[in-house]
Amino acid sequence: MTWVKQVGWRHVVGLFMLVFALAPILFVVSAAVNPLGTLSSSEIVPTGASGGNFSRLFADTEFGSWFLNSLLIAGLSSAASVFISALAAYAFSRRRFRGRRVGLLAVLLIQMFPQFLAIVAIFLIFSAVTDYWPALGFNTWWGLILLYLGGALGVNTWLMKGFFDTVPRELDESATMDGAGHPQVFFRILLPLVAPILAVTALLAFIGTINEFLIANVFLTDTGAKTLPVGLVGLVAGERNANFGMFCAGTLLTAIPTVLVFQLLQRYITDGLTAGAVKG
Amino acid sequence: MTATKLGGPVVQARPAPEERPDRRGHLIKIPILGLTTAIAIWAAFPLIDNGAWTGLAILAATTAGLLYLYLTPRHVPLKYLAPGTILLILFQVFPVLYTASTAFTNFGDGHRGSKQEAVTAIQTASVTQVPGSQQYALTVATTGDPATGPLVFLITDPATRQVSAGDADGLEPIDATVNSAGRVTAADGYTLLTAGQAGTRSAEITALAVPTAGGAIRSSGLSRAYEGRAGRAYDVGCDCIRDTATGRTWTADEQAGAFVDGNGERLAQGWKVGVGFSNFTRVLTEPAIAGPFLRTLVWNFAFAVASTGGTFVLGLLLAIALHSPRVRGRTAYRVLLVLPYAMPSFAMLLVWRDMFNTDFGLINNLFGLDVDWFGGSASARLAVILVQLWLGYPYMFLVATGALQAIPRELAEASRIDGASAWGGFRRITLPLLMVALTPLLISSFAFNFNNFNAVYLTTEGAPFPADNPANGATDLLITYTYRIAFGGGGAQYGYAAAISIFIFLIVAVVSAISFRRTRHLEEVHS
Repeated sequence: MTWVKQVGWRHVVGLFMLVFALAPILFVVSAAVNPLGTLSSSEIVPTGASGGNFSRLFADTEFGSWFLNSLLIAGLSSAASVFISALAAYAFSRRRFRGRRVGLLAVLLIQMFPQFLAIVAIFLIFSAVTDYWPALGFNTWWGLILLYLGGALGVNTWLMKGFFDTVPRELDESATMDGAGHPQVFFRILLPLVAPILAVTALLAFIGTINEFLIANVFLTDTGAKTLPVGLVGLVAGERNANFGMFCAGTLLTAIPTVLVFQLLQRYITDGLTAGAVKG
Repeated sequence: MTATKLGGPVVQARPAPEERPDRRGHLIKIPILGLTTAIAIWAAFPLIDNGAWTGLAILAATTAGLLYLYLTPRHVPLKYLAPGTILLILFQVFPVLYTASTAFTNFGDGHRGSKQEAVTAIQTASVTQVPGSQQYALTVATTGDPATGPLVFLITDPATRQVSAGDADGLEPIDATVNSAGRVTAADGYTLLTAGQAGTRSAEITALAVPTAGGAIRSSGLSRAYEGRAGRAYDVGCDCIRDTATGRTWTADEQAGAFVDGNGERLAQGWKVGVGFSNFTRVLTEPAIAGPFLRTLVWNFAFAVASTGGTFVLGLLLAIALHSPRVRGRTAYRVLLVLPYAMPSFAMLLVWRDMFNTDFGLINNLFGLDVDWFGGSASARLAVILVQLWLGYPYMFLVATGALQAIPRELAEASRIDGASAWGGFRRITLPLLMVALTPLLISSFAFNFNNFNAVYLTTEGAPFPADNPANGATDLLITYTYRIAFGGGGAQYGYAAAISIFIFLIVAVVSAISFRRTRHLEEVHS
């Protein structure tokens, strides 16, 4: 009886949540391998199995290039944004300068303006950029990455600053005494110590970018330049029922990079999330 | 809380000794600065070509500033802040300020350009071919790709055989080779469209009107053009548009940015003017708008609180349930339970929408229900929140698990020994400590959910809509409502949409500011 009271209920909660968590995913898997590939024929338990939806996805759509675009854009922009916010977090955490408090508050405040409501302005700005520098304009990776990096100095900087604050200052002070310049303190001493929060912000940025639909939808109009959300949402926009199997196959494939990044960074994640949160 | 606070007075950071130049650092720094300069020079050419001197000045100043900043040993914090700040100003601050400034205008469909552009548009739209209109030989050309480039009319004056290039900005004489029929056979800088290419773009060709002094030149077929007279012409004397046939006049109203006749009827084409605070006051005072706006605001708060609170409670419950070494298979539980977090949310929102489908949706099938989920306000709202729970609890679970592990077990055990119940110990000891760690994340989660566009747009699109108001649905958040105003089918109203986004910003900022104050208070109590 005490087992039920102390351990049993934990399994009940766990199993109930497992059903809740996995049922939709099972539905997606089942629809993805469903040979008919339509929404109306989809059940939670697969009624048959075939790779037809997957091969159609690659043959009939430009899924391959969407996937590559998404990986590169999300990969490059999350890596760059982690680096940029780490630089800023170092300044905010370790240096005392005029405007520090104001700067910190400004960074937080500007983030609260929903960025994509500025989409008209962004569209006009990039129309001009496309005229002057086509290499950075619409339908290019670099342009979109730059646009996403506009938000690099945001919540992540706060999260990182909180974590940086928990690293004892004595470490970098003694390095400075030993003659290290500020670049060495930053790159050699601080960065390795804050790896968990770098991993967490990289993961959050990666997930955020790979799911970003609205700005990418305005920005990328060429079929070959699209990212996964733009491409996949377009797939079910017209023929929702008929393309559902392909859509689910695409969904599963889209999850792969995220799961991999997750696995790669797993051991840092819980550390980073909580320790960063303590100081906010 | 950190090792620095363990003993003794707080040590003041010593002033850093003279920054010594680091040779290896230079090996990296010099090429990067060289690259920056090279990019700046590359970027300068198009600016010079187009005579964009302000842009060039900003570019030169920024580059010079960056070079100075990274070559001098001073201004260390700025060295670390510069990259992020520049990107922030270019792609966040500038667009936001630009948007904010449109909140004070009537910018939107029908009010896009200047008054001059509106006049030109009204005149060219009213052009008709009248007997005796001047006829020209027409060659359709483009300055870019034949399939997509901007169209240009090359027209030949029958008397002088002078060729002019015309687009929406007007006519300009050019040098070109002309054949006996007056058609252009070659022109520098223009690609002539073949009959087939022109045929596929005939709709665009028909729509193009080249403004002239008394009307406009339009095509008739693909090889002829005529100069028609404007049925409606602008009269500088009365600052009005006069219909040449009926004599009806529309006088310019500078306040409204439109031409209005005596009965208050407006021409569709107006221009952009400042309207002061009227976009803001409209939201609060116009009954047709204020009522739905307020209802949306209340639901928006409910949605953000329910999403954030629901995922938090669920995630915390799960974290506590699995926070015991006696639970077997904890790792397996953990891996499986965070799977929803790894699935692409945009796609899962669409999948959930289909699972709520009335006729063949999984949920009705599975439970033998016949509920029209997105048909009724209450069920649609419930469905949207349920989807949010599924998408959001894994994050809270991860965070709460981490936070629980950071709390020493001895604390709870000590309270147990002192006679507190398990629940009492949790409520009095564990929960407050958890809240210190998690409140900042809850605040940012609230701010995120308050503007969770995808959650509503990809599932219900705001439905169900009341019969009398197709613009404002039961599950609409302010942000989806704003999006519909700005980009929806009913005609874009950017100015009004921008005003609402400023309201959204203020609300989120105030809520966050209050919560952050509370957090600081919590931290003081418990640390």
